[in-house]
Amino acid sequence: MRKTVTAPMFKIARRIIRTARLMVGIPDYDAYVAHRRNVHPGEPIMSYEAFFRERQASRYGEGSGKINRCC
Amino acid sequence: MMTNLPSKLVWTAVAVLGAVALGIVALSRGETINAIWLVMAAICSYLLADRFYARFIAHKVLRLDANRLTPAQRFNDGLDYCPTDKTVLFGHHFAAIAGAGPLVGPVLAAQMGYLPGTLWLIAGAVFAGAVQDFILLSASVRRDGRSLGEMIRSELGNIAGTIAMIGVLIIMVILLAVLALVVVKALSHSPWATFTVSMTIPIAILMGIYGRFIRPGRIGEMSLIGFALLMLSLIFGRHVAADTTLAPLFDYSGEALSMMLIAYGFVASVLPVWALLAPRDYLSTFLKIGTIVGLALGIFVVLPDLKMPAVTKFVDGSGPVFSGSLFPFLFITIACGAISGFHALISSGTTPKMLDNEVNARVIGYGAMLMESFVAIMAMVAATTLEPGIYFALNSPAALIGTSPDSAAAAISGWGFTVTPDVLKQAAADVGEATILSRTGGAPTLAVGMAEILSNAIGGKALMAFWYHFAILFEALFILTTIDAGTRVARFMIQDLIGTAVPWFKATKSWSANIVATAIAVTGWGYFLYQGVVDPLGGINTLWPLFGISNQMLACIALLLATVVLFKLKRERYAWVTLAPATWLGVCTLTAAWQKIFSENPAVGFLAHADKFAGALAANTILPPAKSIADMHRIVFNDYVNATLTALLGAVVLAMAGFSLRAILHALDNPHVTARENAPVPAE
Repeated sequence: MRKTVTAPMFKIARRIIRTARLMVGIPDYDAYVAHRRNVHPGEPIMSYEAFFRERQASRYGEGSGKINRCC
Repeated sequence: MMTNLPSKLVWTAVAVLGAVALGIVALSRGETINAIWLVMAAICSYLLADRFYARFIAHKVLRLDANRLTPAQRFNDGLDYCPTDKTVLFGHHFAAIAGAGPLVGPVLAAQMGYLPGTLWLIAGAVFAGAVQDFILLSASVRRDGRSLGEMIRSELGNIAGTIAMIGVLIIMVILLAVLALVVVKALSHSPWATFTVSMTIPIAILMGIYGRFIRPGRIGEMSLIGFALLMLSLIFGRHVAADTTLAPLFDYSGEALSMMLIAYGFVASVLPVWALLAPRDYLSTFLKIGTIVGLALGIFVVLPDLKMPAVTKFVDGSGPVFSGSLFPFLFITIACGAISGFHALISSGTTPKMLDNEVNARVIGYGAMLMESFVAIMAMVAATTLEPGIYFALNSPAALIGTSPDSAAAAISGWGFTVTPDVLKQAAADVGEATILSRTGGAPTLAVGMAEILSNAIGGKALMAFWYHFAILFEALFILTTIDAGTRVARFMIQDLIGTAVPWFKATKSWSANIVATAIAVTGWGYFLYQGVVDPLGGINTLWPLFGISNQMLACIALLLATVVLFKLKRERYAWVTLAPATWLGVCTLTAAWQKIFSENPAVGFLAHADKFAGALAANTILPPAKSIADMHRIVFNDYVNATLTALLGAVVLAMAGFSLRAILHALDNPHVTARENAPVPAE
């Protein structure tokens, strides 16, 4: 009974958190892990910490000159 | 047919409500109207535009295909390319396009009244800005997520690509200068604001260390810690401003602040990103979104009246905030919010690599721009709910209104906006500042307007000073983030451009190349910033039109590219969708550029201004604000620099128009589709 009430709330909260994280350039880690498992089975998967660092460096374009914000 | 009926009724109701609201906004003269009509007119127009015009573009012009795989699906790596839910991606895209621009432009344009700016914000977004974002996003999605520069190169040729890139670099430099100037104007001689803004640096570094070493990657935790510290420094800032020993430590002139910002820009852009840039980006992004939501709620709760007339006499070009008449300068002053060329870079950046279905390009490309236009409408509301006397006191340069409440009240009342010195003193006291005079640049006006609205919703007069400094902090925070990130981008572009002649310079790992390119970038925007700070007309007057011209020029280039693509797809019957706004922007930017260079009015034309000062120099007299012969020489020199830069921007537009015309004629001669789209890969 309780589950049916909280499940949609949980889903919305999760979506808000995912939106907030992507706003600052960090995509969904679970989706990354799922993708690596399904498409590249047996290959190494970055830990969350490594994933975070990789995305952070990429967003601010260490050496890529990426434009990710506007005036 | 029966199922269509409710939807038809709803859309008819939206259309009627929109028409009524627009009618009230456009036809009211003399009596004050409520902000809700402005808001309703905008929202109804956006809904109709999305339902009918964007749908038409999606189906007929772009022929978006739900069965065609997107780059995110084809190259999914869980990192750059990952199919993302459309609401999540909408947030990402909106956060990337919404910056300080849509907040500043409408505030400046409010000197002509609320009507001209509002109409341009709505029509510009619907027919130009959102169209550009949507079509560029779709074009990039059909080209493996390529960038604007790469698309120009492949569709228009390498030379056109290089010219466009030089244009982007110029925009970058002017943008950084003008945004830095907005911060300087807000912080000068304001210990409270300067203290809170400077505290963002140690707070960000602390967050950076926390998120790197103590709890790696915990964005939520570090942002909450940062936010709490930020609020503490905001509250403590009031004591700093009141304390006779602490206040002088944070009390600086514009010149001093601009030097500090230049030094800051240099240091911040060579530090590792995790230390300062990234954590402050988290704070500024979340604060920005939160403040936009808060302002929208505030406007709906308070429902303020608009005190500015619908149209003021300054449409003739004699206004104190920016010089030049309604056409073309209104369309230059309000760039972001109606159309922003910068969005073409964002729409061909990270977003196209994450789209999970082509058809979602509509809600993300077109929809996010409508949302940004709405943010600009809110800025217009915030500026026009102020008493016009206070608005002009905030936005007029000292050269016109003097530096005392008495001289300002006399000058502004003389323009027909009655205000007393006491009102100006009280307004400054309300927001906890010594003076509100000549705080040009838009941010302080928006902050006073927001403080009025938000304090009416929460806290009353007692919290007004707090809301004011909160608004200044929020704007300064994301402008500083842009300066830091923008200097890095400019550095990269400079390395790339010089690297075509001197190959070793391209190596982004090379420290010497990095330092040299950073120094060039910082000197570039620092030069214009300093020039703006010492400018007697307040700098914004000169720099903002330059920024507007460059931003609209980029939009014109993006729309020309879109037009060429449509011709190459053999869909020339729909080319007006992009050709019409491109032509309008071309006419506006070229007219504005022409007037900025050749107008005989020294307040508008750079050359006339240079002549005036050169003439005085020849007669050995010193014109204010110059204090010495050296100042006089510098002013003349700056005028020539500005005139050259403007001419360069005009030349870029003309060159791109030439390249586009050539490509269009080739496409018309060729019976086949020649656009370089990827071959469609259908979903199984």
